[in-house]
Amino acid sequence: MTTVIYDGSFEGLLTAVFEIYEYKITDPELCAAGNATAALFGNTHTVITDAQKFERVYAKLRQKLTPNALAQLCNSFLSELKDIPAVIYRYIVYVLASKTAVENNFNHPDVFCIQQTSRKVHREKHRMEAFVRFQLTKDDLYYCLVQPDYNVLPLISHHFEKRYADQRWLIYDSRRKYGIYYDLHTVEQVFLDFAHNPNDAKAIAAISDEKEELYQRLWQQYFSSVNIAARKNMKLHIQHISKRYWRYLVEKKGSVNGEY
Amino acid sequence: MSERIQEKLAILADAAKYDVSCASSGSNRKNKDKGLGNTGNGICHAYTEDGRCVSLLKILLTNVCIYDCAYCVSRKSNDIKRAAFTVQEVVDLTINFYRRNYIEGLFLSSGIFSNADYTMERLVQVAKKLRTEHNFNGYIHLKTIPGASEELMKEAGLWADRLSINVEMPTKKSLALLAPDKKREDMIKPMQYLKQQIIANKEEKRLFKHTPSFAPAGQSTQMVIGATPETDLEILYMANGFYKAMNMRRVYYSGYVPISSDNRLPAIGTPVPMIRENRLYQADWLLRFYGFAVQEIVDKQNPLLDMDIDPKLGWALRNLHLFPMDINTMDYRMLVRVPGIGIQSAQKIYSSRRFGHISWEQLTKLGIAVNRARYFVYAGNDFERRDLQPMQIKQFIMQESQSKYKPNFSQQLKLF
Repeated sequence: MTTVIYDGSFEGLLTAVFEIYEYKITDPELCAAGNATAALFGNTHTVITDAQKFERVYAKLRQKLTPNALAQLCNSFLSELKDIPAVIYRYIVYVLASKTAVENNFNHPDVFCIQQTSRKVHREKHRMEAFVRFQLTKDDLYYCLVQPDYNVLPLISHHFEKRYADQRWLIYDSRRKYGIYYDLHTVEQVFLDFAHNPNDAKAIAAISDEKEELYQRLWQQYFSSVNIAARKNMKLHIQHISKRYWRYLVEKKGSVNGEY
Repeated sequence: MSERIQEKLAILADAAKYDVSCASSGSNRKNKDKGLGNTGNGICHAYTEDGRCVSLLKILLTNVCIYDCAYCVSRKSNDIKRAAFTVQEVVDLTINFYRRNYIEGLFLSSGIFSNADYTMERLVQVAKKLRTEHNFNGYIHLKTIPGASEELMKEAGLWADRLSINVEMPTKKSLALLAPDKKREDMIKPMQYLKQQIIANKEEKRLFKHTPSFAPAGQSTQMVIGATPETDLEILYMANGFYKAMNMRRVYYSGYVPISSDNRLPAIGTPVPMIRENRLYQADWLLRFYGFAVQEIVDKQNPLLDMDIDPKLGWALRNLHLFPMDINTMDYRMLVRVPGIGIQSAQKIYSSRRFGHISWEQLTKLGIAVNRARYFVYAGNDFERRDLQPMQIKQFIMQESQSKYKPNFSQQLKLF
């Protein structure tokens, strides 16, 4: 058994796949740098990410897979699940070994796993598109802090760029410590240092636009007014938005005082 | 000032909530010239505690109304607070909610004040202002006011993504009973007009690429269920007619929420017919996506949908002579008709079959409801061998499955 250590990126993973073929490594175990535990038995092989090797594997996959299946493969990597690099490797081996298209063979455990995982990632992406709630600052920036289960910011950036083309916005992943920022021209990755705790209510009030509080209150009012009490169904409600997403939601921050 | 807006929002959102349509899909309006917003498959941004999705800002322009329809909260004779938004207020709310990613767009309806044209003109103004002054490309759904002029409807179609006119009641008779001021022709005529306009617009677009779209997300309608004694047969035939003859994108069924002590209607406190509503939607899906004909779902012998089981299972039990079938050879049209197999599972089964035979174990993994499907299909040698009667199958399935409605809406009194 050979432990193959790569840098943890998708490019690194595909480079590793290339080198496994190149050096004819049998029975490899993929391991991201940092998570590597010294193998008691067997060899280690350290991969240095190489753009050319990545491109060659990627080009081959593009040739063998439909765009849809290739996107599923890439998306499933963003799940950051522990076993997924190994599944991706086995999937690629299976695809390269088959003469016919096998991406729809859901009886194959790895094909099925990639499809299921990419669906999970896609759902999280969709939830972020739905549950991001921008707040407006004094200097006309719409911002939002999120903590998605999977690393989906690369997937949602296009959606927000197309939709909010005329406003500056920032979506910051406070778990993975990076964000995407749109400056009216392009979207860029940004890394920020917060002077204050970003959840500190006073600090937020100090930087918020004067109308921000009003629109949050109006939204809360709207949310409570469209509810039909005679049809209350909390089970379904929680099924749609599980409680871990409530922290994003303006309408879930306490109920509105004083009913009309 | 802000408190007044909040009060108006409370009143006018409350009055609009019985309109069920909240779809924001089906349009293809894209962001242009770096403006605000676009449309796509639709996103549900929030869910209310009754479990319904919120994707549009759904409000009335005003709840002042000259009509007196018994089933409606905004009816003339009802003693409630009245309010009205100005055009600018609706525009500001929409833009500010949209920019914060709260909504996909606007659903604007209205009570009818002074006359149909006057009301319709205000609705059109809101849409026009959003599109022209704010370069807003989000979703707009406008209610068409029955009796509004064709010029206004045409203009509405140019700015809005979807237009809708509610038929309100499944039959003419019920409408005459509960909404004596309204006539069915006033609803059907504009539907026909819109249908023709939409078709004409499509033709024109094919010839001239830059023709502006006319209601690209089509039209929809809604009827109230359970306020009057119609059977599901009448309701579904009506809906089927709308899909076939009017090219409707959607027909919505709204379970009547008792809001009036009028003796023509179910008394206040009567439970909302939610299971029936759910069964009707299931039947509606069978019509639109599963290739069922309406007479396969309900007929003269079975004018009511079975409340215990879904309509597809009901159909399969009435047609047991067609089953069991071999999961590895049956064609796609039949595959989607098997209880427990949905469109997505059917597609997966269909494409996986090319790589080898499918076993029960694999079927379970693909996510089909084996507890239903096993009475109707077999895979290899595995199948339900007993010779069962429809009633027995129904009982077995009901014993094994738990209705999601049981705990929530039990007729029985809960003591603890």
